[in-house]
Amino acid sequence: MFGRLTWDSFQIHDPFLFAATVGMPLGVIALVAVLAYFKLWGYLWSEWFTTVDHKKIGVMYIILGLIMMVRGVVDAIMMRAQQAVALGEALGYLDANHYAQIFSAHGTIMIIFAAMPIMIGLMNLAVPLQIGARDVAFPALNSISFWLTASASILVMLSLSIGEFSTAGWTGLAPYFEKEFSPGTGVDYWTWALQISGVGTTLTGINFLVTILKMRAPGLTLMKLPLFSWTALTTNVIIILSFPALTVALFLLSLDRYLDMHFFTNDLGGIVMLYANIFWMWGHPEVYIVILPAFGVFSEVVATFSRKYIFGYESLVYATVVIAFLSFTVWLHHFFTMGNDVNVNIAFGIATMLIAIPTGVKLFDWLFTMYRGRIHFSTPMYWTLGFMVLFAIGGMTGVLMAVPPIDYMVHNSVFLVAHFHNVLIPGALFGYFAGLIYWFPKVFGFKIDEKWGKVSFWCWAIGFPLAFFPLYVLGLMGMPRRIEHYTNPEWQPLLIVAGIGTVVITAGIAALLLQGWKTFQDREKNADPTGDPWNGRTLEWSISSPPPVYNFAVIPQVTARDDFWVQKEKGTAYPRPEKYSDIHMPKNVPYGVVIGAASFFLGFGLIWYIWWMAILGALGIVVTMMVQGDNDDTEYVITAEEVKKIEDAHFERLAAAGVLSGKPRNANQESHHE
Amino acid sequence: MVKNTILGYVKIGALAVFMVLMSACQGVALLDPQGPVGIQIRDLLMIAVGLGFLVVIPVIIMTIWFAVRYRESNTKATYKPHWEGSLKIEAFIWLIPIAIIVVLSYLTWVKTTDLDPYKSIPSSEAPLRVQVVSLDWNWLFLYPDYDIASINKLVIPTGTSVTFDLTSATVMTSFFIPDLGSQMYVMAGMVSHLNLLADNTGTFTGRNMGFSGKGYATMNFPTVAVTTEQFKAWTAEAKASPTPLSQDQFNQLNKPQSNYPVTLYSSVEPDLFNSIVAKFMTNRQVEGTKHGESEKTATTVN
Ligand code: HEM
Ligand SMILES: [Cu+2]
Repeated sequence: MFGRLTWDSFQIHDPFLFAATVGMPLGVIALVAVLAYFKLWGYLWSEWFTTVDHKKIGVMYIILGLIMMVRGVVDAIMMRAQQAVALGEALGYLDANHYAQIFSAHGTIMIIFAAMPIMIGLMNLAVPLQIGARDVAFPALNSISFWLTASASILVMLSLSIGEFSTAGWTGLAPYFEKEFSPGTGVDYWTWALQISGVGTTLTGINFLVTILKMRAPGLTLMKLPLFSWTALTTNVIIILSFPALTVALFLLSLDRYLDMHFFTNDLGGIVMLYANIFWMWGHPEVYIVILPAFGVFSEVVATFSRKYIFGYESLVYATVVIAFLSFTVWLHHFFTMGNDVNVNIAFGIATMLIAIPTGVKLFDWLFTMYRGRIHFSTPMYWTLGFMVLFAIGGMTGVLMAVPPIDYMVHNSVFLVAHFHNVLIPGALFGYFAGLIYWFPKVFGFKIDEKWGKVSFWCWAIGFPLAFFPLYVLGLMGMPRRIEHYTNPEWQPLLIVAGIGTVVITAGIAALLLQGWKTFQDREKNADPTGDPWNGRTLEWSISSPPPVYNFAVIPQVTARDDFWVQKEKGTAYPRPEKYSDIHMPKNVPYGVVIGAASFFLGFGLIWYIWWMAILGALGIVVTMMVQGDNDDTEYVITAEEVKKIEDAHFERLAAAGVLSGKPRNANQESHHE
Repeated sequence: MVKNTILGYVKIGALAVFMVLMSACQGVALLDPQGPVGIQIRDLLMIAVGLGFLVVIPVIIMTIWFAVRYRESNTKATYKPHWEGSLKIEAFIWLIPIAIIVVLSYLTWVKTTDLDPYKSIPSSEAPLRVQVVSLDWNWLFLYPDYDIASINKLVIPTGTSVTFDLTSATVMTSFFIPDLGSQMYVMAGMVSHLNLLADNTGTFTGRNMGFSGKGYATMNFPTVAVTTEQFKAWTAEAKASPTPLSQDQFNQLNKPQSNYPVTLYSSVEPDLFNSIVAKFMTNRQVEGTKHGESEKTATTVN
């Protein structure tokens, strides 16, 4: 009846897991009760869970990503605490199996369930507004994507209490993850969480690609597209091209594990390195999927806060496209040490280094955007500057490892761990933080608290080198990654420093959450009536904050790059339309939640061999899709009068704020003082 | 006069920094290598770091400099809000990274060929062959030239090129002696190769770099580099060991266990290494696993 699931599957023997096993359901029950007490369920259901509004879906993605990030950081703290003490006789408080689950969960969560949702959330928030669209191309599909990601996240969290998580790393390791060596449910949790969220991500990729290609406002040619939207466009192309590789790799693994086939086994014709090849055909592009949109954020932020056109727009576009292309040509650098022919290693080594060229160009373009600007130091700009300094170092160590002989020495060491954190944290995470703070006023209508934002920045900026630079040295000392225990006393001081750095980073996360809280507290004081708190350049700043459901009452006609900025300079910003028309908007749908729930049961059933549950889950998905396909009642109308009422109110606020003068608003006079 | 003193201080300072760095390098295995492979790679690393700094240092300096100079409150600085680009600067920022990467690519080409782990290293002594079997979670070393074996301890003579043939009796691992040079994956059903040489005597930790489960963290072994005479003496010691490495004995070793006590074996079951490889190769041609064979095709078997 319940497959492999027995009472023993519930983790209550280990104190940490006991806390999770007992605490999580209690927490969930408490949350459900509190929400019911305040009668919030109806509101949540109708305004959020079933929403197809890209802005709200974006917010949900980001909340999900931040929650999962906190989980990932807890994992990181546990690992750092373990390695700080586990020298020689002292074995620390985690055994090998537990430590392996933690690094596997940490990597999987940080990349798939923290970085990806925050990135997709930012795309949801900003892309339609930047391109002058009222929603994404397929709003209901957008909701489905979100709920698939959410259901996969719940599976990962559930593995804490019921069963176990994979010990085979975030990448999976052939043949170690085969049933012969890893018979438990861990690998299956990992596989199905990745598969379910992968489907969601692929759908997002298709959705946003179509949105950006087909729904741009008239006049907004590709070469006028704001740079964040450009990076979103390339990221979605990479998603569509790369995710199938992951799907196939995991599918073949599942055939091995469920049907006793031999794709990645040691014996009977299995080829272990085949797995690594297919996986990294997705895995390497994946790191650009998470990093490119952050690069887009930096481009927006650096131009806005330098009060200047971005330097080398075209270079930045071409650099982005070149990076996207090259990201598919380098996967083999993840296993230079498998004993390839030298020429193969040389080819992939050089291909990898080539990526440094467009990346370097980007850094210089951002620098020359600051050059002769008037830099306003708001928090997003802090994150951008921190990124530029730290990422330069992380990029360099990446180039070092692209030289095959150097990689022979540092591969699989903590040098590598230092490198990828050194690109992912400044490169992706800092960019997301900058983007969150940059677009926060747009989404909520009030500005953010700068003080705690800056405290958070400094904690990360100081904590990061403390936590990760020692790992470069440890890597050069020959310390491998993924060990829960070591015997070399020379490593310990550096590991303790790394632990201290992690504490500082944790303080940074606390400050970030405090910033959110402060911002919320002071929301009335910091209200932004204009919709343009940063003196912005692109279309999203031309509408009210928060934007009305339909975003643009009249679809704008775009004439220039940084169109809104040009309008402000000419004194033609905020044109008042003569008349409004009815607007058709998509209706909320429950299909996303239902498909998410069904896929959860499909996944859970497959993991635990509860076949009836898996079948019901699969049926649930298919039936919901059929019902949805048959539903023609998908739109509702906002009448011209309603639109007028909303827009009139906005114009009143604009007038009160004094930005409707009709005269050029900004004092962007050139000045020369040599 | 003043200039000379300053120069003197600079010299002393530089020397002090150098000394500190050198002493810091002790213990940093990769910067203080004990064999030619490690030395060449360290030098390559230094050159690559130098090339990288050509971009990294200007970027860091410019970031801080521009941020300070063009801050909002500095109204004295030039402000050009409409300046969108400059062909000259653009050419520059594309060409500098391109130039650096071209140099590095050339180096990569030359050095990757030179440092091919499959290439034996020129040495005056005849190369020594060692067959390595990775177990859950121990390392077994077979010396086919001497018909002896050892578990969890590798003894090699200095100044002699050592050719390792690597295979796994279990999951994939990675064989690495940080003090000597390159690592190499170890996979079941196939044989990969690695050549290393120790210049100096000493004991260096060798380890598994590829996560392989519960006992992975302690899957280490001392690598003892000794003089040729001492090595001869050690082989004699092994020959005198009471235990031969029979198939039975191997089956005992090939079970999940950690930190198996160091043991020497006086002889080795004939063809043991090949049988370990062949076990996983049902329906496949056993290729490139013959003694001494070091063809490239061997690794990616069939
Ligand atoms: C909050 C700061 C963070 C700290 C202190 C931290 C720390 C660590 C540690 C200690 C490990 C394990 C190293 C080992 O023994 O192998 C690790 C692995 C990893 N981390 Fe982080 N991490 C942080 C943030 C992140 C972020 C933001 C990401 C991604 C966006 C990330 C991605 C990874 C990945 C992919 C792995 C490899 C997991 C594996 O071995 O399979 N980490 N991290
Ligand atoms: Cu890669």
